[in-house]
Amino acid sequence: MITTLLILVPLATGLVTFLLKGKTARSWALISAIVTLIISVGCTLTYQSNPASLTMDVPWIAQLGANIHLGLDGIASIMCLLTSISYVVTFLSCWKHTFKKEQQFYGLMLLMQAGLMGVFASFDALLFYAFWELVIIPAYFLCSIWGGKRRIEITFKFFVYTFFGSLLMLIGIMYLYFQTPGTHSFSWEAFKSLHLDSTQQSWLFWLFFIAFAIKMPVFPFHTWQPDTYETAPTPVTMILSAVMVKMGLFGVIRWILPVLPSGVAFWGHFVMILSVIGIVYASCIAIVQTDLKRLFAYSSIAHMGLMSAVVFSGTETGMQGVLIQMFNHGIIILGLWVVVEAIEQKLGTRDIRELGGLATKSPRLAIAFLLVCLGNIALPLTSGFVGEFMMFAGLLQYSVWMMAVAGLAIILVAIYILRMLQKVIFGSLNSLTEKIVDLRIYEWLALAVVVGLIFAVGIYPKPLLDILHHTTDSLLAMNLVP
Amino acid sequence: MNALIFTAVFGIFLMISGLFIKNKQPVRILSIAGIIAAFILNIFDLQKFGTSATGLFNGMLSVTPFGLLFIEVVLGCVLVYFLLSGKDLANIGHYTGEYFALIFFILCGITLAATYGNMLMLFLSIEIMSIPQYILAGSDKHNLKSHEASLKYFLMGSFSTGFLLLGIALLYGATGTFDITAMNLAGGSIDTMALAGIILIAFALAFKVSAAPFHFWTPDVYDGAPTAVTSFISTIVKVGGFVAFIRLFHIAFGSPEINPHWELVLAIMTAATLVIGNITAVFQQSVKRMLAYSSISQAGFMLFAVIAMNMLSWQGILLYAAAYSLATIGCFAVLMKMKDYTYDGYNGLAQKQPLLALMNTIFLFSLVGIPATAGFLAKYFVLSAAVEKGGLLWLVILAVCCAAVSAFYYFRLIWAMYFKEGNCEVDEHAITPAFKGVLVLTALLVIVIGVWPDLVLMWIK
Repeated sequence: MITTLLILVPLATGLVTFLLKGKTARSWALISAIVTLIISVGCTLTYQSNPASLTMDVPWIAQLGANIHLGLDGIASIMCLLTSISYVVTFLSCWKHTFKKEQQFYGLMLLMQAGLMGVFASFDALLFYAFWELVIIPAYFLCSIWGGKRRIEITFKFFVYTFFGSLLMLIGIMYLYFQTPGTHSFSWEAFKSLHLDSTQQSWLFWLFFIAFAIKMPVFPFHTWQPDTYETAPTPVTMILSAVMVKMGLFGVIRWILPVLPSGVAFWGHFVMILSVIGIVYASCIAIVQTDLKRLFAYSSIAHMGLMSAVVFSGTETGMQGVLIQMFNHGIIILGLWVVVEAIEQKLGTRDIRELGGLATKSPRLAIAFLLVCLGNIALPLTSGFVGEFMMFAGLLQYSVWMMAVAGLAIILVAIYILRMLQKVIFGSLNSLTEKIVDLRIYEWLALAVVVGLIFAVGIYPKPLLDILHHTTDSLLAMNLVP
Repeated sequence: MNALIFTAVFGIFLMISGLFIKNKQPVRILSIAGIIAAFILNIFDLQKFGTSATGLFNGMLSVTPFGLLFIEVVLGCVLVYFLLSGKDLANIGHYTGEYFALIFFILCGITLAATYGNMLMLFLSIEIMSIPQYILAGSDKHNLKSHEASLKYFLMGSFSTGFLLLGIALLYGATGTFDITAMNLAGGSIDTMALAGIILIAFALAFKVSAAPFHFWTPDVYDGAPTAVTSFISTIVKVGGFVAFIRLFHIAFGSPEINPHWELVLAIMTAATLVIGNITAVFQQSVKRMLAYSSISQAGFMLFAVIAMNMLSWQGILLYAAAYSLATIGCFAVLMKMKDYTYDGYNGLAQKQPLLALMNTIFLFSLVGIPATAGFLAKYFVLSAAVEKGGLLWLVILAVCCAAVSAFYYFRLIWAMYFKEGNCEVDEHAITPAFKGVLVLTALLVIVIGVWPDLVLMWIK
């Protein structure tokens, strides 16, 4: 039952938000986000003590055999936790913003949270699909109404891309549904025990994977992402990059690896090559970016590329690394956006060329920025290191060559992040950056949460790994079945 | 067959009432009462015939739970239509009683289409549906475009009726019977004459439901006819055509021996309808014309139910009838409140009439097929029916590509309403609280069916 609350609380509070006015809406949304955080911490704790109590299964559409089947396993509870942390951090960081039609902004944000939670908690394919689509609708309105220049075209491109991908997934779901024995069913367990022949699996793989690849985004499907991140209002970008793109990886972990193991065996290598190309390609582009948002957008493509490569490697260390990195990358990128948002709010620009010397005037901002960036580079003791180390170890087990090429990313990320830091934080002040003031208390609070989590997980990742352990084991057990 | 008799008699009654009642208001209210009465009478039928097929009038009619439920859905949609757009229909010209009477005659044709058991009845149902439409399309007597629409529709329609008759005659020649269950096309070698008949009937019915390549009349007729009429003929009458289509092809031509002979023809028509409808809709500037093309593309999706031939396709066509009709009637109801029918005419509607814009958005979502709206489940049912049948996966993939294209022209309206600045002109007087209330209820119905389709489906086992 507690799992339904994860969806119902944001949904109900989100709908109420539309009726509120201005500042009340803001506080209401923050309270709602905190309540959801408490619930998801509760869920994570319950998962360790009594995982069965998180499951709920009631009939939905009797004619089809679709059920409202919700539940949380290791990875799902961690993703729900990430979602609720992201919302609290996001709402904190934009506390002093005045958006036009504020109640609508916060209402749509909360509705999106309900959708995200639903995606992670669904164990029924049709329900999963419904939530998967419902996430895009609020995102579409958020980006189109409050976005920057050329927002309508760019957001529509984003929408059509993802909509098209998910429709293909829908065909895949239909096909699998009709393969289930007896009165057909959409349940994850039924899909898992299908064991289709490898020809079917190899084309079904693409029906599902294109949807997930567009979301992640994997190399040739990534073109919507930098534009969307750039034009979307930063609070929305935070949710998109910290949580929504993880939906793609989550989809692979939940619906591809266990359901289509032969498809993975057949195409996994090809996808890994694509992902590795994407890592190097995005890192190279990141080096020449001058806009902070675009820089981090490409950096995010590179990091997601590494995760999507390793998720198909089938090694235990690698898989553990991917799962923990999904959480860590979410937290780190949140921190980056908080800083970008703070700088843009104070100076009205995100252009690296116009910035410089922030450390002299606003030391707290500079320190937090530095720490988050170190996490992004994956320096030891930060959470980024834990995940990336395990992922590279897994990749090395799979193929030395792939590891060698993907390993370039370690160098490239250091190049573009450190160059950017050098330009933005150090150097001398200019006429624009003279005016900067240090972090406000709410921004500081948001960054403190992020930095705290980066180091906590970096120094002692065991609790997180314990929760994820079961997911890894069951995934690998599935994959060993030929 | 309460609904059949009642609609026919009530239509005549309304026509005569025009002599005595000069005001528009009483006629409208009378019609609404008539629809409610028909709705309730049909529920009795559902209880009476609710289990299996029953032959009536020496097998001329074959009453099934599906047919009755379909009539129920249609009557429900007409009720919504009368409540939302009844005033606009009444205001087309001076002969209010006749417009409503014609609609009741069309309903009589649709009830026949949902229950016929004989080719003669099929022919009658199609004609009873069509002739009042020709008149309604031309009912705006001061508008040249309305005349053009009526004449065009009439000429093309009678041409296709000729096809239908020839097809029926050929089938009769081949089988010696008009009864759709007794045709028994399965056994023995299949006659060329029978095949020619099937194809001719398919073409005629494709014309009635505006499937490509027989769709050329559609944009002109839908654009030229008064908007209140377009709202009716592009939704309820179209799904009425589909019920005739699906029943004939499943019952008479559905056996495994004959099915492969027409499956490919219909599959190609479906593909053409989807592609032509969607691609052309993208280039429209007028919302009314866009909705005309959208109705072509939605017809493409409904054709899946005809091709798939299984339980899911029966359920699918029921859901699709409800989802498509409700959403389109809603879109038209909002359109009729606008002064300017182009996309730009909607600019800034969200500022001026937030409720109208929101409800219109829900209807558009349903037409695109976003989950949690009826349109999604309807599309899901018809597409998965085709997947279950097998061998049509190419068509399903084409259909989802087209659905992605359709997002463009439906969302363009959302851009105009929400993201563009502008000063759209709306007919403030016509937007009464009652209108808003019905609009909200319609949108709620769209969402309820999308979340809980049992509301429609639980009545057939």
